Amino acid sequence: MAARGPNISNVPLTSARRVVLRGPGATELALTVNGQAVTVQVPPRRTLLDTLREALALTGTKKVCDEGTCGACTVLVDGRAIYSCMTLAVTCEGKRVETIEGLAKDGELHPVQRAFIDADAFQCGFCTPGQIMSIVALLRETPAPTEDDVRRAVAGNLCRCGAYPNIVSAGVNAGKRKR
Amino acid sequence: MNAFSYARPRTLADALRLLRNGAAALAGGTDLVGLMKDGLTRPTTLVDLTGIDGLRGWSHPKGRGIRIGALTPLVELETDQSLAKTMPILREALRDAATVQLRTMGTVGGNLLQRNRCWYFRDEGTPCWLKGGTRCFAVDGENRYHAIIGAQECVMVSPSDLVPALIAYDAEIALTSSRGQRSMKLIDLFVAPRGRERREHSLRPGELITEVRVPEAALARRGTYVKAMDRKAWSFALVSIAAAAKIERGVARDVRLVMGGIAPVPWRVIAAEKGLEGSPLDEAACADAADRMLTGATPLRDNGYKVTLARELVRRALRSLVA
Repeated sequence: MAARGPNISNVPLTSARRVVLRGPGATELALTVNGQAVTVQVPPRRTLLDTLREALALTGTKKVCDEGTCGACTVLVDGRAIYSCMTLAVTCEGKRVETIEGLAKDGELHPVQRAFIDADAFQCGFCTPGQIMSIVALLRETPAPTEDDVRRAVAGNLCRCGAYPNIVSAGVNAGKRKR
Repeated sequence: MNAFSYARPRTLADALRLLRNGAAALAGGTDLVGLMKDGLTRPTTLVDLTGIDGLRGWSHPKGRGIRIGALTPLVELETDQSLAKTMPILREALRDAATVQLRTMGTVGGNLLQRNRCWYFRDEGTPCWLKGGTRCFAVDGENRYHAIIGAQECVMVSPSDLVPALIAYDAEIALTSSRGQRSMKLIDLFVAPRGRERREHSLRPGELITEVRVPEAALARRGTYVKAMDRKAWSFALVSIAAAAKIERGVARDVRLVMGGIAPVPWRVIAAEKGLEGSPLDEAACADAADRMLTGATPLRDNGYKVTLARELVRRALRSLVA
């Protein structure tokens, strides 16, 4: 990010504009999910995770701890990996949301998905969508990651089966693979 | 989570007006959303601050110190190449803070104001003293992660990794409310809950942190952040320390030692720092500093290990400044 400094003194201290209050009931929300513009009706207290799974039937994003301590709900917002269980959907208005369902294109798996299969990078598979989204985010900034880069990128995604060594291999291999 | 109304104002003035009327401020949400899910706070209105221009990003006007906007995501401080040269301790402290997802979501201001992690506090059904109850359940309960020093009625510990690093560089914060602006030393933001003050921060109702400032003079210090965790990643500090000093001709000047995870506030002992003025930071000096940092420590049933750990981290951090 460019070093654009905070400019507190220029923040206007008076304003005649009225601020729109939404909720507490359902409110219309415009999101871009996997490249498609969608509109949902959700109350402000609804998390992005529940919105994806329930309002949009995108159940590839998993709900496990629902408190930001497991990483299974990892999705990308504006290209960066975040926990959708700790994100209110209403804060994502106008942002680009990407989930595991958006990775495969024209019947072809995404290179990271392919790499997970080739490296046998899962057992039960429940953490897998989150692991994959974290690595997808990593590869956009670091196209040829080291083992350590991958390890750090998935440090926020627990795998209770203990598939970590193969997850790390999959991440490194995906970096070598051409899209 | 309770139902609430939501607003995303574009100006600070609009945000402050809503806050004055009792709304809660939302930035990254990594702490607030959890507190709301657990029923520990039930705001009727949330003010999303992320739409406000001008509170995000950092700058370093030549010779005038570093200014960091309160809404800057932690990940930006962690990954910025030029900041890594000017103030490397920030990257060091943030690299092992939470996870990349949480550092992407979380902001500087939110990190400073995060609530403590005591499991009795975090459990909605436990009426602990800090939440208005009559007693602290940790003091004679499960207290492996709790305070060994500086605690009164509540034995929670200061959880932030960023805070000790910033305090070791004499950081100040700018605050704004609809009643005006003020600034204070960052360390003065933190209060040990006691008596009638059942709170962790001295932020006033309706007030926002807008900026963190690090004075230019402090940037001449060499600094390090050392954190001990239960596991290698994604843990709060058992004990942590930020150490900083100007090293001139092999001796230390302007030493700062700030510890996390051992007290309800970022733990600083002026006598320990003064005792190291002009010191070569040899083993004897480090041991003496550790003694002073931990004078009066009274560990609880399960956390005596923190005293040993804290001593070792003081030593390691100081030794690395002259390594």
